[in-house]
Amino acid sequence: MSGRVLVGVKRVIDYAVKIRVKPDNSGVVTDGVKHSMNPFCEIAVEEAVKLKEKKLIKEVVAVSCGPQQAQETIRTALAMGADRGIHVEVTGKDYDTLGPLQVSKILAALAKKEEAQLVILGKQAIDDDCNQTGQMTAALLDWPQGTFASEVALENDKVKVVREIDGGLETIKISTPAVLTADLRLNTPRYATLPNIMKAKKKKIANVKPADLGVELTSRMLGKYRGVTGKRKERATQQSRVEEWTILPNIHRTIL
Amino acid sequence: MLPASRYSSKAHRCIRALTAVQGEHGAPQLYTTVRRACSSGTAPRITTHYTIHPRDKDPRWEGMEMERFADEADVVIVGGGPAGLSAAIRLKQLANEHQKELRVCLVEKAPQIGAHTLSGACLEPSALTELFPDWKERGAPLNTPVTEDVFNIFTKSHRIPVPILPGLPMQNHGNYLVRLGNFVRWLGEQAEELGVELYPGYAAAEVLFHEDGSVKGVATNDVGIAKDGSPKDVFERGMELHAKVTLFGEGCHGHLAKQLYKQFNLRENCEPQTYAIGLKELWMIDEKKWKPGRTEHSVGWPLNRHTYGGSFLYHLNEGEPLVSLGFVVGLDYTNPYLSPFKEFQRWKHHPFVAATLEGGQRIAYGARALNEGGFQSIPKLTFPGGLLIGCSPGFMNVPKIKGTHTAMKSGMLAAEAIFPKVTAEEPNSETTGLHVPEYAESLKNSWVWKELHSVRNIRPSFHNPLGLYGGMVYTGIFYWILRGKEPWTLKHRGMDAHQLKPAKECTPIEYPKPDGKISFDLLSSVALSGTNHEGDQPPHLTLKDDSVPVARNLAVYDGPEQRFCPAGVYEYVPVETGDGMRLQINAQNCVHCKTCDIKDPSQNINWVVPEGGGGPAYNGM
Repeated sequence: MSGRVLVGVKRVIDYAVKIRVKPDNSGVVTDGVKHSMNPFCEIAVEEAVKLKEKKLIKEVVAVSCGPQQAQETIRTALAMGADRGIHVEVTGKDYDTLGPLQVSKILAALAKKEEAQLVILGKQAIDDDCNQTGQMTAALLDWPQGTFASEVALENDKVKVVREIDGGLETIKISTPAVLTADLRLNTPRYATLPNIMKAKKKKIANVKPADLGVELTSRMLGKYRGVTGKRKERATQQSRVEEWTILPNIHRTIL
Repeated sequence: MLPASRYSSKAHRCIRALTAVQGEHGAPQLYTTVRRACSSGTAPRITTHYTIHPRDKDPRWEGMEMERFADEADVVIVGGGPAGLSAAIRLKQLANEHQKELRVCLVEKAPQIGAHTLSGACLEPSALTELFPDWKERGAPLNTPVTEDVFNIFTKSHRIPVPILPGLPMQNHGNYLVRLGNFVRWLGEQAEELGVELYPGYAAAEVLFHEDGSVKGVATNDVGIAKDGSPKDVFERGMELHAKVTLFGEGCHGHLAKQLYKQFNLRENCEPQTYAIGLKELWMIDEKKWKPGRTEHSVGWPLNRHTYGGSFLYHLNEGEPLVSLGFVVGLDYTNPYLSPFKEFQRWKHHPFVAATLEGGQRIAYGARALNEGGFQSIPKLTFPGGLLIGCSPGFMNVPKIKGTHTAMKSGMLAAEAIFPKVTAEEPNSETTGLHVPEYAESLKNSWVWKELHSVRNIRPSFHNPLGLYGGMVYTGIFYWILRGKEPWTLKHRGMDAHQLKPAKECTPIEYPKPDGKISFDLLSSVALSGTNHEGDQPPHLTLKDDSVPVARNLAVYDGPEQRFCPAGVYEYVPVETGDGMRLQINAQNCVHCKTCDIKDPSQNINWVVPEGGGGPAYNGM
């Protein structure tokens, strides 16, 4: 086995920021807004780095799809312990319509190209809450999947995954290569400390275009409309009393 | 698998924030005038930070690896604001000019450059033109030249317009209305292009010293300390950045500067700094009311003539009907019942202001302390191994309410003064950390000094029986006519923290309830600042003595911190068992304004830097 793990990381708007819908309802204001790595992707990176520290795998490759700024997210993954990065450049209209279907095609192509033993992703992104990319990637590759993982144990060429499901916990044993998606309790991600950020500047990030991977990014959606329903929740917690405005984006999609 | 509740990764915080948690207590006892008796038992432990409870005596830290990774740079700059970035840029410009190698590292506690920047702002482009004569071609976001200048004295329902004659400090012809956060972000991009190493998300937590007492550099914050002060599994020490000289540009009332003042006795020949708090909102208004380039300032209502303060409202011209508005209250106010936040909210209801805001939507909120001491409060600026730049020592021109241009100039002068010293073949210094008194000299010979000298008496002139009106008369005679050339220098009243009168000598203020359309409550405002911190860390608002808040602040002053904090960090809540109140510190809400450290009448609160990356997430504020 190659001993290489591919980890997907997504750059999302920071969870503590109040999002604002654009006046023309075409999307959410992102310019200048604080972004960070999707929390579940952080957990995925941490798991991959832990496997490398246990010497069960040899190399961790961080992948992100998006515009130039996606490189910052890859750098954070490199600072956490990934060995190298791959930035799949997607900009403009393509980036607006980039969704799980396109990303999973990209990841599947990369997994084959890099001969990955494992693909570890976060279970879902906090901006779209789709929870689809891991599953689609596994299906495209025809690989087994261990989703909602709260425990991962590598045993030779098999993986034991404890999954968090509605009924409790389910333990499965799947063969590699496989796709895993990380759930909350899998681990506690380490901080990307300054010395590691400095070291990460020397690690390589390769630049790739989706066309190079043979992936077509045309969206299957006819149109997207975002509306806002403002629901006010008053919440008193022990630590901080912050009133949360929950803005639920109402996304109507028509899929061919 | 250890229970998830023991840890607090971002994902855990995120999930917790999305799940409703029932609170313990009911409505906060925020504005009560009934003072409960102090609780009879010992004060509950509030402060767990290692600056108050050192770790070398703490058994939980026995055997922990405390070595720090260290790196060397030529110059280290603390703070990525206008001053720090201008200094960094100027250093690299000089290095390129003279074809010298220079490693310049800048650390900034905000998660991205500009995220902790908050200002009106009306920028005088003088310093920028000196730094980048081609700033327009480079795309600096100065998109709104001032077209209209309006100054009013507000009464409850009317206004008295005051003509802005040329020569008065409030005249803004030639200046630009900017979103300072965006401007700082642009400066950051210019700095990176020149090769400055920018490290946002890392806070300078400690000053390091050589054996000879000179400054060696700074250390960034440790991470992974739990709320009770014990180490977590993800604990990691901060990093040491050593430099030949360190520039401190932390902005108004920096926490490292506070230590340096003591360490090097920098304030022995100047007056204590005086401050104000500025609260600001961004509004999208009705397009019909939008007048890009219009600058409005007011004084008077709702403040009485003895409380210094006023407002600003700027119509920006960035393609959408955005206005930036805010309210400033001098922190030398005497009534402990005054709430700057509530004054701001009720000011918005003045007919002149409400007319602009009606039908609009608020999209951002934030607050920050600013300097008002001016010329009289400038400390000694240099010490072995370091120097102070920007609003940290304080170069704000108070009547103009502009400090960005002087902050930038101070950064540039600092760079010009230290460049020959850090690139010299032989270090010509008595101490290992370079001492650069030439910086202070060049500042004294620059327009910054002349400008601050000419307006030095305007703010202190406010302290007269006629208050605001006396101050305006003084300004008219001595500044407008005589250009600040009078031979005397008026003194400030002393430290802001000592100006509060005991609560029993003052009248509580009846503030109107927010209407949810023009005025708002505190907590929904704080949510708009995007502020957040890792919850499981020691509160960074440390108390030197945990018993003082209830014993003194609450007993004598009715807990003014629950009113002057613009983020609802401080709450006096009933103790769980028995009688009495305790102070609850909601550190996660903090917007890093520093007002508590300034105004605490007991000077018991010591604001230190939390884990880097925390704090507000301002966007173009």
